[in-house]
Amino acid sequence: MADIIWVYGEVVDDAVTSTTLEMTTKAAEAGAAEVILLGPAPEDAVELLGRHGAGKVYRSPDPVFRDYLTLPAAAVVESLIRQHKPAVVLFASSYGGRDVAAAVSASLDCGAITDVADFTLTDGAVEAKIPALGASYWNTSTLVHDDVKLLLVRPKAFEPAPNPKTPVVEEIATPDDAELRKVRLKEKVTAKAEGPQLDSANVIVAGGRGLAAEENFDMLRELADLLGGAVGATRAVVDSGWVPYSLQIGQTGKTVKPDLYIACGISGAVQHLAGMKDSKLIVAVNKDADAPIFQMCDLGIVGDVFKIVPQLIEEIKARK
Amino acid sequence: MDIVVCGKIIPASTVTVEIDPATRRMIRKGVAHELDPAAASAVEEALRLMEKEGGTVTLVTMGFNEITIGIRTALAMGATSAVHIFDDALAGSDALATAKALAAAIGKKPFDLIICGTESSDSYSGIVPGQLARLLGVPPVTFANEMTVEGNTLTIKRQSESGYDVVEAELPALVTVTSGINEPRYPQLKGIMAAKRKEILQMSVEDLGLAADDVGEQGAREKVLEIGRPPKREAGDVVEDDGEGGKRIADFLAEVKVL
Repeated sequence: MADIIWVYGEVVDDAVTSTTLEMTTKAAEAGAAEVILLGPAPEDAVELLGRHGAGKVYRSPDPVFRDYLTLPAAAVVESLIRQHKPAVVLFASSYGGRDVAAAVSASLDCGAITDVADFTLTDGAVEAKIPALGASYWNTSTLVHDDVKLLLVRPKAFEPAPNPKTPVVEEIATPDDAELRKVRLKEKVTAKAEGPQLDSANVIVAGGRGLAAEENFDMLRELADLLGGAVGATRAVVDSGWVPYSLQIGQTGKTVKPDLYIACGISGAVQHLAGMKDSKLIVAVNKDADAPIFQMCDLGIVGDVFKIVPQLIEEIKARK
Repeated sequence: MDIVVCGKIIPASTVTVEIDPATRRMIRKGVAHELDPAAASAVEEALRLMEKEGGTVTLVTMGFNEITIGIRTALAMGATSAVHIFDDALAGSDALATAKALAAAIGKKPFDLIICGTESSDSYSGIVPGQLARLLGVPPVTFANEMTVEGNTLTIKRQSESGYDVVEAELPALVTVTSGINEPRYPQLKGIMAAKRKEILQMSVEDLGLAADDVGEQGAREKVLEIGRPPKREAGDVVEDDGEGGKRIADFLAEVKVL
């Protein structure tokens, strides 16, 4: 019998996340995929998970799981694991997934492997592949116990693919414990977003500290518009408040895999490379010839970003 | 208000970190260290709160002798005292073993708030704070870009996929802060002098009341089987701008059919 692999499913901004579908696809390839989906979700969520290979969905639509962070979900996942003993549980390396996985790994004393880019499951033993030190090394790691194996999976580690199943749905009761309602969601604020989104853009124009000031992002926006792409930024830039956090690419931000990544004034800190190293083509512009980004780009221009980018913009306009 | 900051002291940003192929661990001994920028932000946030509310800020950290310099930085910034968990038996600890050691040290005294960085800048597993909160039985309030404490209520702006969430919890609680939450202060001479007289309490695994197999390599659930260099991405052309750099990129974009 195939090993049972669970996926901790997430709904963000009223949609099942792409990482949930990626993990479900992988789980169905490596074993029998089952998904835990807690809180309000779109009507077709269960069907969507089924299309990606889920044979079973543990489901509760209770808004408690949305309105109170981490604790109610962790309690349910813990008790379901104790009851059903799946071989592996996959969580997304997302804001929500990470917190639930951390809580479950401590209460079940089973630990977790983080930042997983791929894994194999052989006779209950997991081998996970992990980029370390900004992908300058690769680890293969395992969990040395016979209990459930928790893995935190990087976004875009796997391709979502159709694998149609009709999932059995098991309704989950909400734990009725006030202690679990301690972290309260009061309000959701959405930053205004125009044009293609970072997660799905084919072209990304990203800026780093080398852009020197907030207003210089305007030229990146213009370049991105011309190429039908999206603008992204490094942690230093979002920390400076030049652009919203939702545009951050890197270890603590988004992981992207566009066809083309244009890095402007980005040196290539480990934490940034972790989020964009799998881009198909990388073009870099930076004044420092020793910048690490030049080690991994397809085309690098050592020079002044304030001369090169405007020239590129004019050139694209002329050729259109 | 008694605030605990959990933070790491990591190889300095000027150091190229290597991995020892025999132990499959980062080489930390004999390497220059500094207070992790993520931890510095946590210390800064704690100091601001202490300046407003009174009380204490205690740094709790774990590591070899090399990390003393980073502990001094936190004390020079203004932290009241520090606990340094120091034991050869801790080498090889994974995230959960680290969380157990920190929880054992923190649990010895009452506290109102624990502040951590969202993740360390060297190994960035990002799960130690969540594990620590679970082990200590306090609510985890994570990814704060802004935080305030009013009375007994902690309120944060939590980074989200599309903006931010306003999240709150009652104290005692654990909060993780992003590096953008503040600009950590630089230690001033007065602070550096004062830090020399501040207490650094060293604790061993035995002092923590833990068994040797709770922590370190023996206690670690995660084991690294193999470590290696990834296949190098084939380096492309890197050229000095000759005044035609923008055109060169446009040519490249045409070549790969983006234009």
